[in-house]
Amino acid sequence: MKRTEPFDFYQPATLQEASRLLKEKGPGGRFLAGGTDLVIAMKEKGLLPNYIVDLKRVPGISGIRENPDGSISLGALTTMYEIETSPTIKKKFQFLAQSAAEVGSIQIRNRATIGGNMCNATPSADTAPALIALNATAKISGAAGERSISLEEFFRGPGQSVLSADEILTEIVIPKTPSGLVGEYIKFSPREMMDLAYVSVAVAFNFETQKKTCSGVRIVLGAVAPTPIRAKRAESTLEGQILSESLAEKAGNIAAEEAKPISDVRSSADYRRAMVGAMTKRALLNAAVGPAKSWVERRDRRY
Amino acid sequence: MKTKIQFTLNGKSVSREAPTHRLLLDLLRDEIGLTGTKEGCGTGDCGACTVMLNGKPVNSCLVLSGELDGADIVTIEGLKIGPELHPVQKTFLQDGGAQCGYCTPGMLMMSKALLDENPNPTEGDIRYALSGNLCRCTGYAKIIQAVQDAAAILRGSKAEDRR
Repeated sequence: MKRTEPFDFYQPATLQEASRLLKEKGPGGRFLAGGTDLVIAMKEKGLLPNYIVDLKRVPGISGIRENPDGSISLGALTTMYEIETSPTIKKKFQFLAQSAAEVGSIQIRNRATIGGNMCNATPSADTAPALIALNATAKISGAAGERSISLEEFFRGPGQSVLSADEILTEIVIPKTPSGLVGEYIKFSPREMMDLAYVSVAVAFNFETQKKTCSGVRIVLGAVAPTPIRAKRAESTLEGQILSESLAEKAGNIAAEEAKPISDVRSSADYRRAMVGAMTKRALLNAAVGPAKSWVERRDRRY
Repeated sequence: MKTKIQFTLNGKSVSREAPTHRLLLDLLRDEIGLTGTKEGCGTGDCGACTVMLNGKPVNSCLVLSGELDGADIVTIEGLKIGPELHPVQKTFLQDGGAQCGYCTPGMLMMSKALLDENPNPTEGDIRYALSGNLCRCTGYAKIIQAVQDAAAILRGSKAEDRR
């Protein structure tokens, strides 16, 4: 296996210092969080950064926090394993915990961060659809100051986000959600584990269990467009309606039309499109039933 | 670029100058001489290089030396408890959980990490925890048996402690 080339290495103690380093040293620098994408890119894809700025010594950008206004903050350096095992996240958004658990192995998830999963910006990023379904916001810090942007607007294309070179994603904020919120994330890949999503679907909506009506529906598709995308026409089909198997199927068919998949080594565009339909239907019906108790139950369950 | 790093390795303090780009795996094997940790894929897929970093199992092939100042690292060489083999080591031997042995150090580190968190894992829990550790020889059945047997030993010794 190829080894990484030498580079300069910095460990700033503040965000300002980190952004200043990127401004001063110029192009060719990379921020380092968990390193599970960056180090592999350096070893396998010939990426040669001139210098690396390790963010792990910056205080205050890691961990899960419940805010007084009912929102939840995920520090950008929170690891996937922390999200997967967090009692708060498991209780409130089991499907988000599930999406984090879909990434690589436990060894990878002990290093990989939620911020890194966003900034690497692969269309198949496992946690992106669930976070966008939860209407999350990205907090960004840079040399020019701070800004916030809807996570839905954060991605620009494969490997590209709205961040400029000196900007750092510091936090992801999930706004307060109604108590009737249900959700589901389904990842499709031929291997059960240690694989990338060929297609992924996250749904979140408010579900009236008595009347079986849904509102505030958000459907987000992964790996079937240059970025994670919302299936907005499918969402509006469901708004205020009684969720039935036939309606879920109809919404799935519309979501399939909204997907913009490519054919590649993993699967053909037609196959991906068909899977969007089936998985959207399944995600909607599973969400209404409630979260699965274990990964085995989850794997084996059909609505 | 070299940097001075100080860290704890298998309970002992280590201080040295290391190139910041040196991978933890290479630092352990080539510079410190602890060759128990193996390199399989080099890309975080196979788990052969698993070590404990600050109490958590990670792929040492993806950790840069520049990050290590202040770290606590435990490798397969540090798994024994005093002169005694760790229960997972004993049961892998007893149950035939190792064949060619190349994946074994990683399997043992990950099994220990699982049993630290979950003293009574189901077969599903074990398969889940070991999903990032590839073995080409055993077919996994004896590895899973070994982890279950180690769990039973550890639970037994905990029960004795309480008496």
